[in-house]
Amino acid sequence: MADIRSNFVGIKSPNPFWLASAPPTDKAYNVVRAFKAGWGGVVWKTLGEEGPPVVNVNGPRYGAIWGADRRLLGLNNIELITDRDLQTNLREIKQVKRDWQDRAMVVSIMVPCEENAWRSILPLVEETGADGIELNFGCPHGMSERGMGAAVGQVPEYIEMVVRWCKQYTRMPVITKLTPNITDIRKPARAAHAGGTDAVSLINTINSITGVNLDSFAPEPTIDGKGTHGGYCGPAVKPIAMNMVAEIARDPETRGLPISAIGGITTWRDAAEFLALGAGNAQVCTAAMTYGFKIVEEMITGLSEWMDEKGHRDLDDIIGRATPNVTDWQYLNLNYVTKARIDQDLCIKCGRCHIACEDTSHQAITNMVDGKRHFEVIEAECVGCNLCVNVCPVESCITMEALAAGALDQRTDKTVSPVYANWTTHPNNPAAKVAAE
Amino acid sequence: MAEGLYKEGIAAQRLAPDQYPKNFADLHPPLDRHEALVESDRCYFCYDAPCMQACPTSIDIPLFIRQISTGNPLGSAKTIFDQNILGGMCARVCPTETLCEEVCVREVAEGKPVQIGRLQRYATDTAMARDVQFYEPAPSTGRKVAVIGAGPAGLACAHRLAMHGHHVTIYEARPKPGGLNEYGIAAYKAPEGFAQAEVDYVLSIGNIEVRNGQMMGRDFALSELAASYDAVFVGAGLTGVNALQADGEDFEGVENAVDFIAALRQSPDLSQLQVGRRVVVIGGGMTAVDAAVQSKLLGAEQVTIAYRRGKESMNASEFEQDLAASKGVSIRHWLKPVRILAEGGKVSGIELEYTEIRDGRVAGTGETVRIDADQVFKAIGQTFDAIPLNGSGSAIAMEAGRIKVDEEGRTSAPKIWAGRPEGGEYGEEHSFLKAVRNAWSGKTSSLWAADNPARGQCGVTALVAQDHLGGEILKTKMGGRWHFYNRVAGRRVDFTSSQFDHPIQYDDLLASRQEAFSDTNDEQYAELSNRLSLVTAKG
Repeated sequence: MADIRSNFVGIKSPNPFWLASAPPTDKAYNVVRAFKAGWGGVVWKTLGEEGPPVVNVNGPRYGAIWGADRRLLGLNNIELITDRDLQTNLREIKQVKRDWQDRAMVVSIMVPCEENAWRSILPLVEETGADGIELNFGCPHGMSERGMGAAVGQVPEYIEMVVRWCKQYTRMPVITKLTPNITDIRKPARAAHAGGTDAVSLINTINSITGVNLDSFAPEPTIDGKGTHGGYCGPAVKPIAMNMVAEIARDPETRGLPISAIGGITTWRDAAEFLALGAGNAQVCTAAMTYGFKIVEEMITGLSEWMDEKGHRDLDDIIGRATPNVTDWQYLNLNYVTKARIDQDLCIKCGRCHIACEDTSHQAITNMVDGKRHFEVIEAECVGCNLCVNVCPVESCITMEALAAGALDQRTDKTVSPVYANWTTHPNNPAAKVAAE
Repeated sequence: MAEGLYKEGIAAQRLAPDQYPKNFADLHPPLDRHEALVESDRCYFCYDAPCMQACPTSIDIPLFIRQISTGNPLGSAKTIFDQNILGGMCARVCPTETLCEEVCVREVAEGKPVQIGRLQRYATDTAMARDVQFYEPAPSTGRKVAVIGAGPAGLACAHRLAMHGHHVTIYEARPKPGGLNEYGIAAYKAPEGFAQAEVDYVLSIGNIEVRNGQMMGRDFALSELAASYDAVFVGAGLTGVNALQADGEDFEGVENAVDFIAALRQSPDLSQLQVGRRVVVIGGGMTAVDAAVQSKLLGAEQVTIAYRRGKESMNASEFEQDLAASKGVSIRHWLKPVRILAEGGKVSGIELEYTEIRDGRVAGTGETVRIDADQVFKAIGQTFDAIPLNGSGSAIAMEAGRIKVDEEGRTSAPKIWAGRPEGGEYGEEHSFLKAVRNAWSGKTSSLWAADNPARGQCGVTALVAQDHLGGEILKTKMGGRWHFYNRVAGRRVDFTSSQFDHPIQYDDLLASRQEAFSDTNDEQYAELSNRLSLVTAKG
């Protein structure tokens, strides 16, 4: 039986599935329900500084996009940090941590970019017995207009400065949560690293408008005829989050920096993919907000059954296993040649591969052979692009088959070379390095 | 004396009054918006979609489904109506399970096709409920066209003519327009007055006048219309009903299934409609199923469909057969009627003979069975009644029992066009004609030509037609040679008359199979037999 216990920067939890800082972790009632359901830990919804709490809009806070059968694919929100009194939150955090010793209790914090503000709140949080803190440098709406959240996460110098303060004023592990609303995720990660952070977590939500009401011509969610960008999350953002996690994991400057993955994690498989890319654990929000806390059962059993099946004993066996395989385009093997192949027994003859290839790609799939509806790859035209695989509604019906070394590529009339060769040495590359003789 | 359900003989009020509306409620309830969105999302938007190829009216099915999925049901309805203004009724009654849905790639993939018919209904219902009109008449051309028959063909034709700026007058024999839709379809397939609502929707384009109660050959002659209009379209349906060719057809209680269905559709109070306690329906098509199922729904205790061939040959679709079975109708195959039995002039049962295929033909085994019955419905096919046509003085050429038309629907008479009711249950011969046309080749006659495929096929076709349809082979001397054709159920049917460019003066002399064989040979006969068994799985 695989061991899925997690130890993330010294914070232990029975499994790597934490609830991210968000509405599901805003109060004891929800968090206790989550722990009862089996979640390994939570990041308590972001606390602000002492004083009158923030207020939220009283209209809709969420917008969404849907797939078939109204399956929720993406969610955005314009909710701010906790709108409950700081002391109430602290009291509940302390009580819940005391009652649930084996679960991870991390507290998200967002206060103004002033040393005093951080110095004041850190002891209060530490006093609850929480396992660690997460610095919210990611919230893209509302708070960023007040110089907090993403407004900090977009300035690496501020990140480094605040992380430094936190490391100075608390013994708790510091996790720095990054915003994806920047061009190069490595810069804020490096800054957090330089400031001494114990880990980074990402991604926070992405600036977004989920829809426009075509009757009122207002963006959604709409508050009295107006809207503002919200933070986008859910399954739709997972590919963006995975890339950013991988970028940090493989960056020589931050290599080895623990990463808590966030971004559209819905199933055990999503979590496993993030772990493979270098994340140490997985934070979940939208999936829980869509389906409730029970999904963690599927995540726990799915992950451990897959690990058993593959012979992975613990999380360290899988964390970062895919990181070395993420590389730059210029290092991809240009001598690797694939051709699409259509399994005629599986083909249901919808013709989508044909029309996709015919209209938008390389005219490499037939639609008629000997007067019969028949879809077949024309190898001499196929560039191996994979579009047909992606549009085919039948799993495994179309596969990309690699040509063996020595085989003839009918498209180029050249035999496939067994030698790895990439763009850096390609004759068409004006900047090509001359291969060593 | 038992009342209600168990009342002997033919009687009304077999059920409690509140049972009738339940029994005759919509067979397929409409999809609601969410169901339609989910179902439309299942469509793969196939390239050169098989469903569209299978649709007799070539509706752009992938497009109309995509329009539903994007929240554009009105655009979807227009896509449908562009091809078929009666798309609403088609959505309800078309045997989609043997057409578009049978070839849906989802059917191939998972045995569960996209519910194309119900999606079509969703789109057309949306447009009709909002009374959205997509078409308006073009500026008047000043031309007048007469349309005979306010059935689906006549209405569709009139609508298109009106669109193009012609003025149309429809002559309808019955008291109401709608034809088959109003009189010939099971009530639960188009409840709540849909047929008339659709007629109103079609006619609302304007420039179409309907004259009800005007029967060709009685109230007017085709030649008169041809003389006083710029063009005439004959959209008359199949008004003739095939006879059983069994003794006792005149007894009280023997009825045409189509008349029963029409009476049911027109009945203001189904509880007053009489039905037998024990009902036998002779036939194997949609009409047989409609009559049998509705008998059951009216409270008949025992309903039996008797069909002279096997299940695979039934023209009623698999879905219809299952529907009948689910309503408690018993379908018995390989039985043909011999005689109606009666007591005191009223039907008391029917004697049927077991059948088998012998030498490629349906033949009685000599063994008989008796089924008790108070009512016997005949549903062995309808025919086109040509007498009103020919009584008009215009000599209109016929083919396989229908008006002969070219690809554009032109008849042999000037200014007169005609529609062609589709085969299916309404004419086994018509299905055969379609199949045999595909089967003719140079291997079935050396005289075959691409532009005249029927040439030289008469002998071999008459032989194979007799194998499939029974009846006799007839002959007429033409240009010094014998021309062979068939008589089926007492009617002349000539499948190869299209090879001649002039009307035939038929002598209808009885011919033997040997004589017909002299016009062909073993190889050609074997070829056509094989091709036909491949082309059509139906008998």
